[in-house]
Amino acid sequence: MAKLIQFDLVSPEKSLVSVKANEINIPGSEGDFSAMSDHAPIITTLRPGFINIFTADKEEQYFVTGGFAEVSAETTSVLAEKAFTKDDLSRAVADKLIMDAKLKHEEIGSDATAKYCSDLEVALSDI
Amino acid sequence: MPSLKDLKNRIESVKSTRKITKAMQMVAAAKLRRAQEAAVSGRPYSDRFDSVMSGLTASMGVDSGPPLLIGTGADTNHLLIVMTAERGLCGGFNSNIAKLAKLKASKLISEGKSVKILTVGKKGRDSLKREFGKYFVGHVDLTEMKGASYSYAVEVASNILNRFDSSEFDVATIYYSRFESVMSQIPTEKQLIPPVFQASTESTAYDYEPSEEEILIDLLPQSITAQIFRALLENGASEQGARMSAMDSATRNAGEMIDKLIIQYNRSRQAVITNELIEIISGAEAL
Repeated sequence: MAKLIQFDLVSPEKSLVSVKANEINIPGSEGDFSAMSDHAPIITTLRPGFINIFTADKEEQYFVTGGFAEVSAETTSVLAEKAFTKDDLSRAVADKLIMDAKLKHEEIGSDATAKYCSDLEVALSDI
Repeated sequence: MPSLKDLKNRIESVKSTRKITKAMQMVAAAKLRRAQEAAVSGRPYSDRFDSVMSGLTASMGVDSGPPLLIGTGADTNHLLIVMTAERGLCGGFNSNIAKLAKLKASKLISEGKSVKILTVGKKGRDSLKREFGKYFVGHVDLTEMKGASYSYAVEVASNILNRFDSSEFDVATIYYSRFESVMSQIPTEKQLIPPVFQASTESTAYDYEPSEEEILIDLLPQSITAQIFRALLENGASEQGARMSAMDSATRNAGEMIDKLIIQYNRSRQAVITNELIEIISGAEAL
């Protein structure tokens, strides 16, 4: 039995998940990675995407729009700007997120917002 | 000496005041529970954010970093963000925050520094208007806000950041009330830009991806939003707590007043009866 890692997912409003997990897949801004026990300590920003949490008996999926992750040997925490459970994320919610991002892009029009828009669209394409 | 009718009217009016304050107290109690839950569940996010930011800044060294982190190097233009409630009748809640901000503003002005004030919430604006009205640069209205929502924090933060980008100020300080308990809310001042982090005690050496600098640029605005959101939440809970205890004592005072008035009413009624009796008796004796 592999060692478990403490995983927390918190949004500004509340703490969404706090579990002991085997493995967590995290959409880092430089690429996806998996955090397991004894991972090297790393702090990375996130791009919009799905977080998969593998606990002993089930797999859970959450969608985050951004934020950052802090991984150390025993704990992993993700601080998300906005986080949705799989059930909350309907097509309508997804469209709204994309719309908002596009509006913001039109307003600011930087590379960062353009990248955010395309990342968001890719991540939400198969809902 | 008020007449019986006057006394009766007063008793009635105090009674209806008591009903109102009682109702307000109960509404505040119900809202307080929600606001308190929100404040408590919002704490992990901002605490963690703070600890990560302090680790980051420690690893960045003192002198390098984006201006949002190390400041503009000057200390002449100050922005005070005064966060209060939209509504009154909550004891010293609004005036305590305003008092703290006033103190700081007067101190800065006497030091010859320029002061700008951004008010969030109507009550703070009202109480600062007379003395410091000419320093107002903006106002964020919270009337539509039901419970603290993150989008308001985003709005306030982007307002502040835009001002920083157009170099309207060097130092930003935020004023709000920290929720300690129902009985005690502590008006707090916190420097937002450049941020002051508690020295981190963690020794873990993190890898940063992308580089520290890029993460900082990405996270600093978010960290400011997070702190403002925290202030909104704490304020929300404090407001309801303050209102609840203020209305509780108002209700109690009204009760005491009613008791006193009833005694006075009964005494004067008795005096009238005694008077009448004396008149009747002395009339009968005269015959």
